[in-house]
Amino acid sequence: MFKCKTSAEVGGMGHSVKRKEDARFLHGKGNYVDDTKLPGQLTMVMVRSPYAYAKIKSINKEKALAIPGVLAVITGYDLKEFNLHWMPTLLSDTQMVLPTDTVMHQSQEVCAVIATDRYVAVDGAEAVEVDYEPMQAIVDPFKALDADAPLLRPDKEGQEDNQIYHWERGDRAKTDDVIAKADVVVKERIYLPRIHVASIETCGCNASYDKDTQKLTVYLTTQAPHAIRTVVALVAGHVGLSEEKIRVIAPDIGGGFGGKVPVYPAYVVAIAATFLIGKPVKWIEDRSENLVNGFARDYHMDCELAATKEGKIQAFKVSTLADHGYTDSSANPSKYPTGMFSICTGSYDYEHAFAELDAVYTNKAPGGVAYRCSFRVTEAVHAIERMVDKLAAKIEKDPAQLRFENFIKKEQFPYESPLGWSYDSGDYKQTLEKAMDMIGYDDYKKEQAEKRAQGKLMGIGICTFTEVVGAGPSKDFDILGIAMFDSAEIRVHPTGKALARFGTKSQGQGHETTYAQILAEELGIPYSDIEIDEGDTDTAPYGLGTYASRSTPTAGAAAAMAARKLKDKGKKIAAHLLEVSEEDIEWEVGKYFVKGAPEKSKTIQDVAFAAYTNIPPGMEPGFEATHYYDPPNLTFPNGAYICVVEVEEETGAIDVKRFVAIDDCGNIINPMIVEGQVHGGLTQGIAPAMYEGIEYDDEGNVLNGTFMDYLVPTAVESPHWETGHTITPSPHHPLGAKGVAESPTVGAPPAIANAIIDALYPLGIKHLDIPITPAKVWEAIQEAKATS
Amino acid sequence: MIPANFNYHKATSLKEAIALSAELGEEAKYMSGGHSLLPMMKLRFATPEHIIDISRIDGLSYIKEDGDTLKIGALTTQTEMEHNSLLKENYPILGDAIWLTADPSVRNVGTIGGNIAHGDAANDQPALMLAMRATIVAEGPDGTKSIPIDEFFHGFYMTALEPSDILTEIQIPKAKKGSGGAYHKVERKVGDYATAGVAVHVELDDDGVCQEIGIGLTNVSAVPMRLERGEAVLRGQKVTDELIEQVGQIASEDCEPESDLRGSEAYKRSIVNTITKRMLNKALERARQ
Amino acid sequence: MGKHNISMTINGESVSAEVDSRLLLVHFIRENLSLTGTHIGCDTSNCGACTIMLDGKSVKSCTYLAVRADGAEITTIEGVAAEGTNSHLQQAFHDQHGLHCGFCTPGMIIRCMDLLKTNPNPTEKEIRWGISGNLCRCTGYNNIVKSVQQAATEMAKEKEASV
Repeated sequence: MFKCKTSAEVGGMGHSVKRKEDARFLHGKGNYVDDTKLPGQLTMVMVRSPYAYAKIKSINKEKALAIPGVLAVITGYDLKEFNLHWMPTLLSDTQMVLPTDTVMHQSQEVCAVIATDRYVAVDGAEAVEVDYEPMQAIVDPFKALDADAPLLRPDKEGQEDNQIYHWERGDRAKTDDVIAKADVVVKERIYLPRIHVASIETCGCNASYDKDTQKLTVYLTTQAPHAIRTVVALVAGHVGLSEEKIRVIAPDIGGGFGGKVPVYPAYVVAIAATFLIGKPVKWIEDRSENLVNGFARDYHMDCELAATKEGKIQAFKVSTLADHGYTDSSANPSKYPTGMFSICTGSYDYEHAFAELDAVYTNKAPGGVAYRCSFRVTEAVHAIERMVDKLAAKIEKDPAQLRFENFIKKEQFPYESPLGWSYDSGDYKQTLEKAMDMIGYDDYKKEQAEKRAQGKLMGIGICTFTEVVGAGPSKDFDILGIAMFDSAEIRVHPTGKALARFGTKSQGQGHETTYAQILAEELGIPYSDIEIDEGDTDTAPYGLGTYASRSTPTAGAAAAMAARKLKDKGKKIAAHLLEVSEEDIEWEVGKYFVKGAPEKSKTIQDVAFAAYTNIPPGMEPGFEATHYYDPPNLTFPNGAYICVVEVEEETGAIDVKRFVAIDDCGNIINPMIVEGQVHGGLTQGIAPAMYEGIEYDDEGNVLNGTFMDYLVPTAVESPHWETGHTITPSPHHPLGAKGVAESPTVGAPPAIANAIIDALYPLGIKHLDIPITPAKVWEAIQEAKATS
Repeated sequence: MIPANFNYHKATSLKEAIALSAELGEEAKYMSGGHSLLPMMKLRFATPEHIIDISRIDGLSYIKEDGDTLKIGALTTQTEMEHNSLLKENYPILGDAIWLTADPSVRNVGTIGGNIAHGDAANDQPALMLAMRATIVAEGPDGTKSIPIDEFFHGFYMTALEPSDILTEIQIPKAKKGSGGAYHKVERKVGDYATAGVAVHVELDDDGVCQEIGIGLTNVSAVPMRLERGEAVLRGQKVTDELIEQVGQIASEDCEPESDLRGSEAYKRSIVNTITKRMLNKALERARQ
Repeated sequence: MGKHNISMTINGESVSAEVDSRLLLVHFIRENLSLTGTHIGCDTSNCGACTIMLDGKSVKSCTYLAVRADGAEITTIEGVAAEGTNSHLQQAFHDQHGLHCGFCTPGMIIRCMDLLKTNPNPTEKEIRWGISGNLCRCTGYNNIVKSVQQAATEMAKEKEASV
């Protein structure tokens, strides 16, 4: 178990110090994008298409412009003059900023109304007259590849059908062969429907161009301010926006979860508008715009898992159809169009696997967003963990036992997975044992047997997942070519206090506290003396932002490395102050002392002061250091989750009775914050498992685009989570830490799905796609009864 | 998010409100709690030219027993009803419904009158009113009217209220020995409209024979509906498990649910069956206390 | 269409203004009064980020007209405690890590104030039902429950001590 090296006052790793950033949020003094108000502030509201697929015959701005206070109506034709009507996506596709002739999904931006205030802007938007000619939308991705399907992207050179790309990994022939010869094969088509991150703060920007200084400042709901700055410079450089004159400020962000990584068209329109008008333009989306203009998941996965009759896994094959909407604007590293999906082989030791994927265009919102999943890890884990449970059911083996018999063993790390990942560390057996112990697995198994004898439906579901986060090593990971390193810049002041800035951006993860704790751990300066700042591209060192649980693995490591540079410099200064040679200096948290004479010491504060006042000859003054960390590998957090449910046969009602989550994220910086992240991720995990899914009709209309019907869990739906952890440090991370915030969103849905399906086992029900609602359960029960 | 423009008028008396409404005509809507109307206006599904705010009219917020009648003023908020000891003690069916309606902050402002006056079969209170044989009292240009609940709901969002009428009071027969009621609705998550809801009110005599029975259904028909055929089975009978089964079956047959995001028609019919039986049992249990 | 003079008390201060009929109270608070602690998170009255205290009850200010609030006494998050101090609830949210991004927090705290007023000693179930109109996407609610429980305990202690 982890033992704190620093005192509670210093507050280094392992201490549950209270958060430094809380005060302003508790007092309503947070500064979110919609809180910013600039002199001459204008407001922008988008006019959006009611149709999923339609030609635009005309746009009439007259009535809108006649409303006092409406200053402009910007269309695709206006942007075309500056070649800004299309922009590149992060995966080298193209996306419309504003259309000139065709709209491709319901709620797509059609034109923008700029007005002196929001109320007038909305009236203006209502008054714009757009004449549409609706066409038959492609809503079913399986139909997108039909011979007679309309070509959705004729604008793309060489595009002959609606396939975006084909991807594969592994040995198809060998895997097929092993499956064909196996004793037992389980097959299933598993669908993970579209969901939305639905952070309580929607997306928005306040873009302000100063015609005198030619400087563009954009307050933006973004998880990656520097990347956005560079993208804006690349996209709009030709109209005169030059990167050194672009400042992106991510102020306080009300939740990100991946939804605030994309460059949404409205951002570009707002930037174009302020550039033309020279006054600040604010755009804040309504919730009903937010829910319909992005998505995560939407993978149809045909899975096959092969095993011996005793249940030893031999091969896994997944063929996926991915629905990307009308353009692939996924926020993935560029060499990974399917993200880290190839982690789908899971936590198990076997040799053969093959994964392939076909991505297609449809008339839906573009994407997908990497929603608290690293990149596609939720899909991958859902596939393997559902199939493992199916295997257990087929051979009538206890699902926990089956997992123990197949786990990668502790001694096998670093483990080369069948599809090419090098898992860094883990003790899966210990983690699952702890979960089983904490929930009382054996007692529940007994209870289940008793209840089944009485005809009651009770289920136990397990998920043992391996995640892959912390993108990533520059040789493999880049966003639009920019390597996915991250950075930390530390300035220790003469009085021994510090200010540190990072290339990441917290949206609630507590960086102002946890980064201070990392530095406290390394330098012995109390965390309360260290100010943390992120989000302003004018001052923060370049970084790739916060998503995919990458902050601790990359910027956290950068913090440790920068601190160690300071510590080394400090050693030389200490030697100078204590008049000994450097080799005679030793370090103990916050203090340099002479070997063998510990009473001869200098604190780090003494050394900091000296760096400005009593500098060793030949040494650069100051006590500041920066580090750009290129991680050698990703990190592999993992966990074991167990869920117990009861299902009422008559109504399909589902009662989650217990949920235990044991996470292994390596060394923990702040246990309180880690636990909070797990709670939050678990609630965002039960959400798609039982409540959330974006629904379409045959015309491509979104049926549940508001919170009335897109069912975000309240405190009533969210169970009382029980959590714990095991610790297997990452061997390559300077702090042994792995990152954790996405594990629960990855691990919870399969655990809950497995539990509900296990409950229905006596009725012969073998699989259900999430969200598993009471209505869905009821229908499945009726069908099972009818066919039995 | 932003309503279309309108004229706002605050009425300080019933007389003033009614006169204003008569003067302004069809384009004027009353607003009490506003938590049904304003959301529709924000999405621009409703664009009235005039809003007459009646929420500040004095004397329309009360809960009292008067002779044989429980009288609740139309402007009484759901929260006020939730915490009222008379209702908690003697009319627990009301608390059953309120606890499942929207959320506490909405209930702080939403009124009982508002929940009934729209004629929305998705709201919870109409089914209760039907089950409890309420009388709706309204004030209008033609004076005061007392409308029996069976004559109140005319059609989809249509009630017996004329455009300038204001619902002022709900009258419910006073609780007595042997009477009991219960309400439950199945919902996808807390605060949702009902997938299906059932209100049961029953009155037993000293021999345990069902003298009066009312069953109202929520959100399984275009118009708030009473389960007349089911009531007929129980009226004048000693209630047995077989009869309860029968009534559940009738409920599933007579309701008219539509397949939608909450579930298929078949699923809803089944839920109505289950909940009708459960609420019958619960109402009987309370009646026997 | 129609401007109205309204006045009300907000966080103890008298405020007067001329507003349009259709101005929503949440916009009046955020834009006219520049009290941006109250937030907007949806357009269908579900999320509760806009919750304020109006005449002693928690109210979703996005579903309330500013004109209707004429004469009201309103407390927003900025007025919950004196500058630089914490109420019991605010302290409890800090101690129990009941907030992450902070966006739902002001509305959540106001709602919990009303909850504890009407039910000073709520069970976990009553707390969860009591905040069912306030969505949080970050915390998973466990620690919000603990925050309310801590505040309830502290407030009860304080009440006992003052008797």
